[in-house]
Amino acid sequence: MKPITRIHSRTAVLADENIDTDRIIPARFLTTTTREGLGKLCFHDWRYRADGSDNPAFPLNQPQAQGCSIVVAGRNFGCGSSREHAPWALLDYGVQAVLCSEIADIFRGNALKNGLLAIVIDELEHRWLLKHPGIELVIDVREQFIALPDGGRISFRLEPFARHCLLNGVDQLGYLLQHSDAISHYEQSEKAA
Amino acid sequence: MAKTLFEKVWDAHVVVPETTDTPAVLYVDLHLVHEVTSPQAFSELRERGLQLRRPDRMLATLDHSTPTLPTNADGSRPYANAEAQAQVTQLETNCREFGVELHGWDSADRGIVHVIGPELGATQPGMTIVCGDSHTSTHGAFGALAFGIGTTEVGHVMATQCLLQRKPKTMAIHVDGQLPAGISAKDLILHIIGTIGVDGGTGYVLEYRGAAIEALSMDERMTVCNMSIEAGARAGLIAPDDTAFAWLKGRPRTPQGAAWDAAVATWRALRSDDGATYDREVRIDANAVKPTVTYGTHPGMAIAMDAPVPAATNAQEHRALDYMQSKPGQPMQGTPVDVVFVGSCTNSRLSDLREAANVLRGRRVADGVRMLVVPGSEAVRRDAEREGLHQVFTAAGAEWRVPGCSMCIAMNGDLAQPGQLVVSTSNRNFEGRQGKGARTVLASPATAAASALAGRIADPREYLVEAA
Ligand code: SF4
Repeated sequence: MKPITRIHSRTAVLADENIDTDRIIPARFLTTTTREGLGKLCFHDWRYRADGSDNPAFPLNQPQAQGCSIVVAGRNFGCGSSREHAPWALLDYGVQAVLCSEIADIFRGNALKNGLLAIVIDELEHRWLLKHPGIELVIDVREQFIALPDGGRISFRLEPFARHCLLNGVDQLGYLLQHSDAISHYEQSEKAA
Repeated sequence: MAKTLFEKVWDAHVVVPETTDTPAVLYVDLHLVHEVTSPQAFSELRERGLQLRRPDRMLATLDHSTPTLPTNADGSRPYANAEAQAQVTQLETNCREFGVELHGWDSADRGIVHVIGPELGATQPGMTIVCGDSHTSTHGAFGALAFGIGTTEVGHVMATQCLLQRKPKTMAIHVDGQLPAGISAKDLILHIIGTIGVDGGTGYVLEYRGAAIEALSMDERMTVCNMSIEAGARAGLIAPDDTAFAWLKGRPRTPQGAAWDAAVATWRALRSDDGATYDREVRIDANAVKPTVTYGTHPGMAIAMDAPVPAATNAQEHRALDYMQSKPGQPMQGTPVDVVFVGSCTNSRLSDLREAANVLRGRRVADGVRMLVVPGSEAVRRDAEREGLHQVFTAAGAEWRVPGCSMCIAMNGDLAQPGQLVVSTSNRNFEGRQGKGARTVLASPATAAASALAGRIADPREYLVEAA
């Protein structure tokens, strides 16, 4: 994974609450055996009309949302299925960060492991961001704040290990493998017990 | 210090304790695998030249992409498409190459991953169990700490048998009283989620306790724990007791003889100590639960079927009611039904099929309604057929299928058409979950069966009273 220190983008808003992972990528596309190329399927049934053309009612299809890689989403984003296809699809679609007052547990873990910044912010600030789409933000992972155009700051807190992995491009499997001896030791003591 | 059930299981599996900077390294006793969330993890292993650390602690099955119609005349399987078939073949190849026990097409035990784990006795009290599937919470019914993980973590467990985890918070859900006659565990869990909300459990492990929980059978406990994730909780737990031990005894993977007695003695300690504290506690009155259904597009939008649908209070709820065509102020009871689905890891076990059959016996599904009954496993199918339940279903005009996830996730070709209303015993009523544009109403097997007969959402107690 590439290290991620800052993200700079305008915001797009997906105000709906409880956007589940079936909506992010419908189950019928889960027959894939790779993680690549899912961006074109992201939000499929919301984003396209029946004839395959873009649905103008989908917020991310609107002209002002083009090129935005920060999405401000309604509460409880990513609920439902544990499919990691959801963050894979979002990243491939061009989303680099999701800001929300509450993010579903499994989705958040999956997202951070793939370098998609799933960031929980306070409710008041969340409400404000939902009402102000298109503003220019800088997300600073190291200092854990979001810089607003007027110089204001929104602070957030990432789980320290997830933040460390993002900043240093740490491979979590590599980290776990370093504990092989402790794992063997645990297995032996378990057998003895 | 007094510990909760969760803390006991957690503490027993910590390989490396958590610190401010790093999560705990947590040992996994059982890793369940299916075709949808594993291929990329196997590929990762291959790319890195890694082996499985403990293939003996893995168990794989085919369930999500598999057809539920029998084989074609030429012996081929009626897959929805070439990708579905390729995904199944991929898991077969991966299991062969890496030495994982797979309950594939030739197994007498194949079925939905969360149905066969317990059936085989692979699921045991006090274990940590994971699967690349959010309904892994089902196994918590046996006092196992069981939760869904993403595909990257599937790779972690494959290579190290461990996960990096922060300790979650705990929530006790006390269910007092007794469920009224004709009210099932499904009604109870829908009622609980409707009460605490679709995100009420986020960040918590739930422990269900109290008289009404102790009175549940194992099948019913699995239904309750299964839907913990629908309240945002990754895991749900119930302390194992004699009901659980009796259910597990003699199953293929459980200890036998003296080892069984020793295991039970250890398992008896798996309950929350008196005085143990939870981060949050909720009380639910079982006596107040009625036949419960969903009216919106997430499982938290659940109410008694005879209660008026609440008015929308924000844009999302408007959208949900529009999508469902649910009418504020009117009850869901009486809504016309197009499709009825009995199945999924929530409600596809023998007792669920019996519950549906008791309502259907000697009656006919209403004209214009399509009803699918999909057993959770080959074992359930065998048992049901031995009792003649399949004949009850087919005589009523329902389709009796081969085990699999089927219309719960609608990725195998079993799906509803746009606009159709499905009364479903599965666990998710998200937009498009059962087919693009399809509308899902979650319900118990008895309610599903009653609705199939009436052609409208109906109270099963009317049929049960007549039958009695
Ligand atoms: S039955 Fe449904 S919820 Fe259960 S494992 Fe299959 S797809 Fe998932």
